[in-house]
Amino acid sequence: MNIQQVIDQLELTVLTEPKDFQSIQPSAGYTSDLLSCVMAGAAHGSIWVTLQAHGNIVAVAALLEITAVIITEGAMPDPATINKANQEGVTLLSTPRSSFEIIGRLWEMGLRA
Amino acid sequence: MKTLRAELHVHTVLSPCAELEMLPPLIVQTALDQGIHWIAITDHNATANIAAVQKAALGTPLTIIPGMELQTREEVHNLCLFDTLEQAELFQNWVNQHLPDLENQPDYFGEQLVVDEAGDFIRREPRLLITSADLSIEQACQKVHQLDGVFIPAHVNRKAFGLLANLGLIPEDLNADALEISRHLKPSQALQQFPQLKSFPLIQSGDVHRLEEFIGVNQFNVEAPTIAELRKALQHQDGRSHRILSLTT
Repeated sequence: MNIQQVIDQLELTVLTEPKDFQSIQPSAGYTSDLLSCVMAGAAHGSIWVTLQAHGNIVAVAALLEITAVIITEGAMPDPATINKANQEGVTLLSTPRSSFEIIGRLWEMGLRA
Repeated sequence: MKTLRAELHVHTVLSPCAELEMLPPLIVQTALDQGIHWIAITDHNATANIAAVQKAALGTPLTIIPGMELQTREEVHNLCLFDTLEQAELFQNWVNQHLPDLENQPDYFGEQLVVDEAGDFIRREPRLLITSADLSIEQACQKVHQLDGVFIPAHVNRKAFGLLANLGLIPEDLNADALEISRHLKPSQALQQFPQLKSFPLIQSGDVHRLEEFIGVNQFNVEAPTIAELRKALQHQDGRSHRILSLTT
């Protein structure tokens, strides 16, 4: 599975600059809205599903080399956060769907924790 | 210059999680009994009981400054402190526009009571106060500063509603005046656990939800218990200063 397939199948909006998403493969999936838990619990290279849109998601994603952050329930990071994500090479994806639904679909696609 | 012990995080019966003993005359009496001469009333997302506590303190050496413990979008609690009720009310009006229209469930969350200076019942606040305003922590900090208040993220070390648990690290562009640590750890332990705290002044509070929780460990050397003096003391400017006394309990 690659990030492009995830974007297509889950109908995600790409908030940051496009990349060669076909060549990026997530190692695993993780979810939490508490950034301290993400820092302690997410594996390197994961896809991270959260409804937290605060600017600190970029710092945490960069630290863990998260392959993509899926921001759920239509929560929208501000422009400064999106700029910072572009600078750091962090991919931010958005969906109006809930974290529960997104995680279920990722699991169906074969992604595991 | 005066030396004052302060408790800048005190709830009243307006906060659903506070004990029913958190009534204006008892708050005033307990603070005075403990030699605390400066307190801030900081109910969750609300300011309606501040005037009553101020009235209850009239004629005593206790100063009550208006405040609010605002819960922002990130589910982080923040102390927003002001000099005047007018400032606090302007802030309240702004916060109200960003609070969800949910009703309190007293059986589950607790009662939210507005009282007079004697502690007598005036009304129930129907709107749910213990929830997040749809405002970012940065927006809130900016608004407090526009209104000339002081912004202090509350109990930053706590797992529930603390800045560090929810946001992992202190946001780069957050212009907080200080950070508050909870009563459960010593300032030295806090700095050891969270080295990032070194770049901010620290205060420590009892987060007083019941009368026995006053700790009054913030010792300020100031000309008067005002926001301008608080700001100077936190920065150790113009001979003002602040330190956290060690807890004896």
